[in-house]
Amino acid sequence: MSMAEVPLTWYLILSALLFTIGVVGVLVKRNPIVIFMCVELMLNAVNLTLVAFGRYLGDAGGQMLSIFVMAVAAAEVAVGLGILIAIFRLRDNINVDETNTMRG
Amino acid sequence: MILFLMLAVLALVMALLVVLNPNPVRSALFLVVNLFCIAGLYLLLNAYFLSAVQVIVYTGAIMVLFLFVIMLLNLGTPDKTPNKLKAQGPLALLSGLLLASALIWAVTKGTQPVIPPLPHTAAPVVQTPVRSGGRTAPMNPPSEADLANQQAQAAHVEKIRAAVLSGEPRRMEGPEPMVGGYPLGSPHGIGLTLYDPKKPWLFPFEMTSILLLIAVIGSVVLARRSYGEEANKS
Repeated sequence: MSMAEVPLTWYLILSALLFTIGVVGVLVKRNPIVIFMCVELMLNAVNLTLVAFGRYLGDAGGQMLSIFVMAVAAAEVAVGLGILIAIFRLRDNINVDETNTMRG
Repeated sequence: MILFLMLAVLALVMALLVVLNPNPVRSALFLVVNLFCIAGLYLLLNAYFLSAVQVIVYTGAIMVLFLFVIMLLNLGTPDKTPNKLKAQGPLALLSGLLLASALIWAVTKGTQPVIPPLPHTAAPVVQTPVRSGGRTAPMNPPSEADLANQQAQAAHVEKIRAAVLSGEPRRMEGPEPMVGGYPLGSPHGIGLTLYDPKKPWLFPFEMTSILLLIAVIGSVVLARRSYGEEANKS
């Protein structure tokens, strides 16, 4: 069986499941770094959907958008981890239950 | 097919381990494996360049950043503080199940099938001379092979429309899209598409560079010591 015979729907189901795992992780976890990782998981699931649709339709848009999503994800992680370091400097604890204010 | 199933199952298991593992460092390492699996799936989808970028940017740069911050902040130990909201786990699981069933229902049954737009007519493009810095020749005149590929793509989209309208399973068996004689997923094809002034990707690309610049400045500002300390030192 060739690779091309994997139906589009399977890719969509896979990325739906990955996205859901990411969402549950964001809801369950209280360590903000792990929450960031789950957000990355969700972004990757969406990227997979984009690329699969792009392949299905023979369109360049999916891969282009995925590249932009990756760039935005890199920027987001850099800024987010910067914020985490700033919060950690202030209160030596970055558990999201205690960090309930943005006033610093 | 077998490769897809293997990668998909491995990706799902690793994603679950990321969430279930109490140790942030191990979560990060499982996430690395998960991202590698997704890079493999990109390869199966003929997105070669994207697969390489996935490995370099995600598993290379972003995950190193994650691990670095985990080590820097000494968060490598599992979190043992009691949970304030007792029902958090069950509630999250419930909402996750609801979301998963909704999404899967949407992608399998879906209220309305996604009907691809009608393909562009593959008529020979009239080349208007572009005057940019004295160069009048278009960068990539469409070749015979390109036009043939465009026509094959158009026929493929027609076939997809027919299949969607008649409710057949959606398979990916179209001809590989070509750009300037190179496969779309190759670095060459990606570059020709991304930097093509006639396509809408050039401006977002430039915006991305500004976004990254802002992110660099922002993270430096956020992560440096407070301004008072800095002023006292100097």
